[in-house]
Amino acid sequence: MHPTDFTLAGAAEALHEGLISSVELTQAHLDAIAALNPRLNAFLAVTAEAALREAAASDARRKRGEARPLEGLPIANKDLFCTEGVATTAASRILAGFIPPYESTVTAQLRRDGAVFLGKLNCDEFAMGSSNTTSAFGPVENPWRRGNDPDARLVPGGSSGGSAAAVAARLALAATATDTGGSIRQPAAFCGIAGIKPTYGRCSRFGIVAFASSLDQAGPVARTVEDCAVLLRSMAGFDPKDSTSADVPVPDFARACGRGVKGLRIGVPREYRLDGTPPEIAALWEQGLQWLRAEGAETVEISLPHTKYALPTYYIVAPAEASSNLARYDGVRFGLRETAAGSDLRDLYERTRAAGFGAEVKRRILIGTYVLSAGYYDAYYLQAQKIRALIKRDFDEAFGRVDAIVTPATPSAAFGMDEKQDDPVTMYLNDVFTVTANLAGLPGLAVPAGLDHQGLPLGLQVIGRAFDEETVFAVGGAIERAANFRALPAIRAGVG
Amino acid sequence: MSLDTATVRRIAALARIRLEAAEVERMQTELNDILGWIEQLQAVDTAGVEPMAGAGAVALRMREDVVTDGGIAPRVLANAPDREGEYFGVPKVVE
Repeated sequence: MHPTDFTLAGAAEALHEGLISSVELTQAHLDAIAALNPRLNAFLAVTAEAALREAAASDARRKRGEARPLEGLPIANKDLFCTEGVATTAASRILAGFIPPYESTVTAQLRRDGAVFLGKLNCDEFAMGSSNTTSAFGPVENPWRRGNDPDARLVPGGSSGGSAAAVAARLALAATATDTGGSIRQPAAFCGIAGIKPTYGRCSRFGIVAFASSLDQAGPVARTVEDCAVLLRSMAGFDPKDSTSADVPVPDFARACGRGVKGLRIGVPREYRLDGTPPEIAALWEQGLQWLRAEGAETVEISLPHTKYALPTYYIVAPAEASSNLARYDGVRFGLRETAAGSDLRDLYERTRAAGFGAEVKRRILIGTYVLSAGYYDAYYLQAQKIRALIKRDFDEAFGRVDAIVTPATPSAAFGMDEKQDDPVTMYLNDVFTVTANLAGLPGLAVPAGLDHQGLPLGLQVIGRAFDEETVFAVGGAIERAANFRALPAIRAGVG
Repeated sequence: MSLDTATVRRIAALARIRLEAAEVERMQTELNDILGWIEQLQAVDTAGVEPMAGAGAVALRMREDVVTDGGIAPRVLANAPDREGEYFGVPKVVE
């Protein structure tokens, strides 16, 4: 077995049994990155020397009998997490040269638990995108291939496209990611891996480059549901440095993965049956519900009547918050500065932001500025916040009758890099099934469940009650066992 | 509601993003497409609904009003494109 083929949990066991060392495991992943990253562009920075140093220290620590939960496991971080002393870009030119003088809480906790960091992963600029094509450092390629069109280069989804592509291609055992409207679940589904956006407040946002603060959540992507559960346990937990961090206990999520679904009531929202959804996605959804019924769950049709307003609501709330959050990029305190001869302060701001932000980021800042501007605030922003309340109310009522909700993860499989790029609204529709969980603050898990007619992966999504990730993992685990998804991407470490 | 070019320029100025003349028209088309699409929200009856500001707890935590940080000027300034002593450097603001 090639060392990059281990699951996170499997690698932990192999390390524990002495079958492999952290240095060997880390070197195998660094070799895989060196071989495949020039093509995939999943990593923006590889911290090879530090990783091998950490791995050697980890092996020594294990010998002393002091192994921690993630001891010696090589993983990688989305380049939205500030890492002390290691450049952090948010895939934007405007953060050029920025070296964080502090560590994000999530990555600090992963270090505390013994993880080894391989480097920083590409993403859409400021996490704004669904195809990883808005990165200032070039797109990420999906390691999967269409069986009937093997030359087409496909997107990995976004915004956590580098995280999903790296894990699918076995360049890391698992990765951190973030999700504001679907940025963990959509790329996980496009790349045939699992990923969970936990409940809002579960993971600290301290040290994560902010996009839309009332929606942003960190979470893991990994090749199994259990691996997501293992990583989430280390990432989660109360942090006084984030005022919206939830002071609630962190359960042993991994224990819930095998719990089964007997007696659970699974909601099936009728509003998620969209016109134009490919029949194979509808069929996979029905197949998933049958698997759960076969394991003793009951499926119940439910209604979430405001679903169709979720995306337009999101495209008011998220840009409004982004326009405020991204005001900090001013060319004065960190990152890029652009001036011309005789520039005054205002000209410095305007030139810096024009040169530093890409087209999608500018669009969203301008939309956000407009919907918050005098005379339009009530009609757009306040109305969107009220509809957000109605969307949450729909879920509250549904969760009075069901324990979890199961839907498709995405309305299509991965698409080509040159597709859907002409019209922003078409791109936004990628998140139609995922964005509701962000607006309502609920946990959502994407699980690979099958292949489409082109041989590309398709995922199902499990949505749960706030702070009930355990039921989400139980349902996701049952789907994973029944689906027995074994297909592999064409481009991956250890091949050829 | 459709944005004219003057409004696009005004929003860009509010957002402190310089738009070249050639960019204004393309941005106008894209912003109007997006605004046209979100216009459907005006039809939703929200009478009596309280706006939802965030997904977390309704009330934020209180903490003791004490200093928890500070005295780290070199680290705060470490990434500054320009600095003078313990200050960020900017073009002259007052003549």
